[in-house]
Amino acid sequence: MSITGLPAGVGSSLDAAPSLAYGAGPAPVLAAARLALSRDLTLAFRKRGQLLQPLAFFALITLLFPLAVSPELSRLRGIAPGVLWVAAMLASLLALEFLFRDDAHDGTLEQYALSGQSLTWLLFAKTVAHWLLTGLPLALMAPFAAMSLGVPASAVPGIVLIMVVGTIALSLIGAIGAALTLGMKRSGALLALLTLPLSLPVLIYGARATELAIAGNSYVAPLQLLAALLVLAVTLAPLAAASAVRISLE
Amino acid sequence: MMADMRWTWFHRLASPPYLYGLATRLTPWFAWPAALLILGGFYAGLALAPPDYQQGEGFRIIYVHVPTAWMSLMVYVTMGVAAGVGLIWRMKVAHAVAASCAPIGASFTVAALVTGSLWGKPMWGTWWVWDPRLTSELILLFLYLGFMGLRAGFDDTQRADRAGALLAIVGLVNVPIIHYSVIWWNSLHQAPSVLRFGKPTIPGAMLAPLLILLLGFTLFFAAVLLVRVRAEILQRERAARWIGEALGT
Repeated sequence: MSITGLPAGVGSSLDAAPSLAYGAGPAPVLAAARLALSRDLTLAFRKRGQLLQPLAFFALITLLFPLAVSPELSRLRGIAPGVLWVAAMLASLLALEFLFRDDAHDGTLEQYALSGQSLTWLLFAKTVAHWLLTGLPLALMAPFAAMSLGVPASAVPGIVLIMVVGTIALSLIGAIGAALTLGMKRSGALLALLTLPLSLPVLIYGARATELAIAGNSYVAPLQLLAALLVLAVTLAPLAAASAVRISLE
Repeated sequence: MMADMRWTWFHRLASPPYLYGLATRLTPWFAWPAALLILGGFYAGLALAPPDYQQGEGFRIIYVHVPTAWMSLMVYVTMGVAAGVGLIWRMKVAHAVAASCAPIGASFTVAALVTGSLWGKPMWGTWWVWDPRLTSELILLFLYLGFMGLRAGFDDTQRADRAGALLAIVGLVNVPIIHYSVIWWNSLHQAPSVLRFGKPTIPGAMLAPLLILLLGFTLFFAAVLLVRVRAEILQRERAARWIGEALGT
């Protein structure tokens, strides 16, 4: 749970952390963000089991549909875009629990807020780390899930690209919800209620682009709209998440 | 000095006793016109307006559906603006206004959904159609529920206020994005069974009651909001001395 409970080897990346808080002059903001990013990645690789959970969840949801609907690949191919995106949305929702919780528990977020560095950038770095650990594996696993639903292999590059863009947006939007529900005892259902309505545009454009990719058509238009959402999320979501974290620390 | 003078009214609004008294005095000024306009509007809409050439008498549910749908969105905007004022100027009573808006807005949203569904049955042949407006309205309901759920999740009123306010602002930014995404989505998946109506110009005899009702519902919202704000202030300031004086106990 806490940093102190981790093996000594973690220190190599954490040694750099004090410069974040007590450095003589303020470190450049990007350097601080990079430190936060590498810290989160190191910590995550010490607890690899947690990384597999959203992936297993994603695979499990994909498995549910052939069982619930029909094993016929022709029918599954029709619902594949929806299955992939609903599964990705739920898996990324499940993963949000890990985004800030441990750092809120052990006071790391408080230190970030007090460090004099831009909390927005630090949280952006945390969200990027979170995406690298949960969203990117989802995007890379999506082709396997898609193929199991009868999607032709020619659609795979498109699906990975669409999933990459979409999952970054999902992580960023989810960060707002995760930050707002910090410090609550039971936040699971509430987190879903806050995050899912805000993520609906990502679902709409992502599923549509995937549908077009599977059919072998051009998916540029919905992908561009998805990318526009991503740009908006990159710009605004870390600001909102930083305000939410500050509110939770008051 | 002038700049100070100009903002006095704003700073006075931030005082709970002042706002409480103002809300008490203003409530009848909104409630009575609202009652008259709504009763008059319903009479004009249900009795005087001619039946629709295509939908017959069934179209008359428009006189409840459109005002409630309109209010559901307007209340959300009011809530977002109040939340923003509360967050920016750290104004406690603005948070009280935002908190009071949510249940009213959610009720209007439910009313719009129910009347839309009732209207859909005779017109479309089903209770529910994934029409962009109905879908947006349903999403709006979830935004309201999320706001209320987030507020309820905190024991501390101040944290509930500030977290809720942030969510309301995020929601306000997102409402147009969600709305246009849903329209875009729907234009691709148009269900063929849906009977499409063109956009005929509404004759004056049908439109006038609708406009009267829109105004009536807006005033009704203002009156209910004032009553709720008073209750909210009483609850928040229950330890303050002025409460005893205001209530004459």
